[in-house]
Amino acid sequence: MNASHAYLRATDIACRRGERLLFARLSLAVEAGEVLHLAGANGIGKSSLMRILAGLMRPFSGEVEREGAMALLDERPALDTHLPLGRALDFWREVDATPAERLDTVLAAVGLQDLLDVPVRYLSTGQRKRAALARTIAQGSPIWLLDEPLNGLDTASVAVVEKLVAQHCADGGVCVLASHQPVAVPGLKRLELAEFVV
Amino acid sequence: MIWAILKRDVVLLLGGGRRGGALLPILFFLAVAMLYPFAVGPDAQLLARTGGGVVWVAALLAAILPLDRLVEPDLEAGFFDQWALRGLAEEWICAIRILAHWLCFAVPLMLATPIAAVLLGLSGEQLLTLELGLLAGTPGLAALGVAVAAVTAGLRGGAALAGLLILPLAVPLLIFGAGSLSTGGEGGLALTGAASLVLVALSPFAAGAALRAARE
Repeated sequence: MNASHAYLRATDIACRRGERLLFARLSLAVEAGEVLHLAGANGIGKSSLMRILAGLMRPFSGEVEREGAMALLDERPALDTHLPLGRALDFWREVDATPAERLDTVLAAVGLQDLLDVPVRYLSTGQRKRAALARTIAQGSPIWLLDEPLNGLDTASVAVVEKLVAQHCADGGVCVLASHQPVAVPGLKRLELAEFVV
Repeated sequence: MIWAILKRDVVLLLGGGRRGGALLPILFFLAVAMLYPFAVGPDAQLLARTGGGVVWVAALLAAILPLDRLVEPDLEAGFFDQWALRGLAEEWICAIRILAHWLCFAVPLMLATPIAAVLLGLSGEQLLTLELGLLAGTPGLAALGVAVAAVTAGLRGGAALAGLLILPLAVPLLIFGAGSLSTGGEGGLALTGAASLVLVALSPFAAGAALRAARE
């Protein structure tokens, strides 16, 4: 996965939800090999910023520049809940033209290789989060946008996610990780959203 | 990639999903065709004269049933955001979904129409005109269905609103389609096809715009 040219930069972003200005004058730059931790309390606008960075929402002002494809993990797994996990993931494998070995490696890394026959709706919160993470990682995009990837995960799984993020950045990837929890990844940059609240 | 999405759409709409399958609208369609003779009496002439129109009305009403599972479940589950992230335009996704909806709704409907024709005592000639009319009109009906489902997705009471929205918009299809039965002419079929094509051409854009607007 050669992604050494990837970057994600945002300049002077302001975000308005309804009548409320959530934050303003926010700039950030994440270059290849870097991981940025968006920190802040619930409701401060982390998810909105993630959606702006992902290009799903237009910022009230400012602009986002990026180089490289993006993969987004948010609170919705985008997996068919009535299907067995293996087949639900197969859909995205086909859409993304992911090599089967890469998906297998990712599934082994997040510890889901034994649950492929289980329908997604029977998975626990943590297992579903890991399934969505597997979908996100297997996409093979240089830019990862992970919105609360640690929610509902046990300590062992949190360590796995941190390791995967570190590995991705060591390979020249870009990662923005929004979480209200502390995250331990070497070389982590931190951005407190509270500093930009107006 | 397009193929994978179409395959998933068809499997999901045909059944196996959490909200009933393609069978329900068809059974509803046949139930209406069966009820009509009970309501107006066994006058064969009257049935043969009005039966074709009843089939069209039944088809229109049956088209309301699948509306709430056309767009909303995927929007809620985050599929549309994931497609957008991969640079797939909403218009494409909606065009694919129109095709899938047509395959899963209109094709079974046309297969069930001969049964309805027997229940209503229609002649073979009428059945042929009816089938041709449905073939011309159902693509438009499917397109309208996806567009209306996209507009109402995420709204409270969206399903009921979708039903109310689609009926007036489908009136041209009904007028030309059912009209082709009484004149027996090709003019009605051609106009049905024309109205249908306009809807097929416009709906992906309307649906795409609605989905993007819903993100803000």
